[in-house]
Amino acid sequence: MTDTSLKATNNDDHSVGMDYLEKLSSRLVTLYLPLGIIMVSLLFPFYWMALTAIKPDDQLLDFARVNPFWTTAPTFKHIYKLLFESQYPLWLWNTMYVAVCATMLSIIASVMAAYSIVRLRYKGAQLVGMLIFLAYLVPPSILFIPLASVIYSYGLFDSPLALILVYPTILIPFSTWLLMGYFKSIPYELEECALIDGATRWQILTRIVLPLAIPGLISAFIFSFTLCWNEFIYALTFLSSNENKTIPVAIVNEFVDGDIYRWGSLMAGALMGSLPLVILYAFFVEHYVSAMTGAVKE
Amino acid sequence: MSEQALPMARQRLAIAEPTAWERLVTNRNWLGFWFMMPAAAILILFLAYPLFLGVWLSFTDTRIGRDGVFIGLENYEWLSDDSIFLQSIFNTVLYTTVASIVKFALGLYLALLLNERVPFKAIVRSIVLIPFIVPTVLSALAFWWIYDTQFSIISWSLKQLGLLDTNIDFLGNPFNARVSVIIANIWRGVPFVAITLLAGLQTVSPSLYEAATLDGATRWQIFRYITYPLLTPIIAVVMTFSVLFTFTDFQLIWVLTRGGPVNATHLMATLSYQRAILGGRLGEGAAIATSMIPFLVVAIMVSFYGLQKRKWQQGENND
Repeated sequence: MTDTSLKATNNDDHSVGMDYLEKLSSRLVTLYLPLGIIMVSLLFPFYWMALTAIKPDDQLLDFARVNPFWTTAPTFKHIYKLLFESQYPLWLWNTMYVAVCATMLSIIASVMAAYSIVRLRYKGAQLVGMLIFLAYLVPPSILFIPLASVIYSYGLFDSPLALILVYPTILIPFSTWLLMGYFKSIPYELEECALIDGATRWQILTRIVLPLAIPGLISAFIFSFTLCWNEFIYALTFLSSNENKTIPVAIVNEFVDGDIYRWGSLMAGALMGSLPLVILYAFFVEHYVSAMTGAVKE
Repeated sequence: MSEQALPMARQRLAIAEPTAWERLVTNRNWLGFWFMMPAAAILILFLAYPLFLGVWLSFTDTRIGRDGVFIGLENYEWLSDDSIFLQSIFNTVLYTTVASIVKFALGLYLALLLNERVPFKAIVRSIVLIPFIVPTVLSALAFWWIYDTQFSIISWSLKQLGLLDTNIDFLGNPFNARVSVIIANIWRGVPFVAITLLAGLQTVSPSLYEAATLDGATRWQIFRYITYPLLTPIIAVVMTFSVLFTFTDFQLIWVLTRGGPVNATHLMATLSYQRAILGGRLGEGAAIATSMIPFLVVAIMVSFYGLQKRKWQQGENND
């Protein structure tokens, strides 16, 4: 008893000692100030984007009369124009459609691949795991030219199906590695019991492994969804008609014109294009973090 | 462990004559093959095959709408005399080096700050990640507006503070344009580096820090001899990814400068897009894209080394 209490007091003393060393003033300079500066610089572009989106045209470029860091007469004109007078709803639908389909496809493929690599351990599973990791390292920038000719020869050019089939090449390697980590953490004994009771591998996967790996599935799902939404170069290369475009491509291509007041509608487009993802992110912060760090740590 | 299950299955099969179906559902190699099928099909059709096709295209004079003929190394010979291509290599290396070093320094610094006791830590951490979540092209548009020649908010603020008389021409002259795109890239990349390194920092056992503090180590010594060595494996992986994505960056440049002014910010990815898709010379574009591969291989080797080291440090025999 004395031993443990001694330890406890030691620890207490220690942490008190640390606090004593760091006075509030020094913490202010070494911690809060730099942190504050970094946070402000990270957030400022978004603030500026949102502010520009709701500024009326006459305040947009007039920095002399009105303080540009604030607006006195917010207007929803730009956002209204975007939502009701442009094809934004259609682009939003395209993006959602492509992202959801590509993500579902990749998750199904990744679950099966990850499970068989980790648990079936067929001949060469290690090698396949390594190859999938290497596939993760192949960037879209070196694939889009040959892929354009592949897509063209399959007759998929300017079709959302092209993106649904191509995006999994980015998502599968990532999700497979993430899910491999989750599957490894599930005790093998559970599967053994089921095997003895006569369950097939498929039953084990759907009834035992998947329910236990739900947090991993959510992480893989929303992170993949975000990656799809973010993807630009494939969508730019494979889609040509206006009504098939995804949000990033559409906003960059359709809203950039010579108008001096274009910034209002451009920023409204950027804001409304990011908002769905930011809202999704707000609900699943922990899953995002574990997806990001999990795939790297493995 | 899994080996225990197999003999039982074999016994059962010996009693009941094994049908083809039964063999399929119990033989792990067959089963593994079918489980791998969907992923393998997609990755082979849309990743491995295009990768080889890209290398092949780079040896042909293919144009959009016309099949090419094999012309050997002609594309590469042509490119090696092309000053724009050489400049794009220089730009890419410069862009990657500067951006990665700053991203690493700032990211590590931010991770160390976030590892301290900070009020509302969870909220702060989730705010830090927002630049990573928002689609790159859309935040690049915001940077484009911030970098506007006439109505830049930065120029305006600096003029208000009396530090400047004229507007900064952010994207108009080569030097400024390079600095501007690098800053935008750093802004986009720091959260990823910081959050992943923070995850690494949180796995370092506090008892090590306590022991070092008791031995009278200074803050720098603690960082240099405890934090940094334990963090090296994760740094290797994070930086490999960071270098990889910076080296092959396309979106940011395409929105901000499209490679201008006078090709000062053309990266290899943007140049290959311009030549192949806009110019229609698929073969030449593919040659530019293929030239990126050697650089990527180096990055992968570094990553592999980092992973190996990590396993070794954990003393984990990876089954």
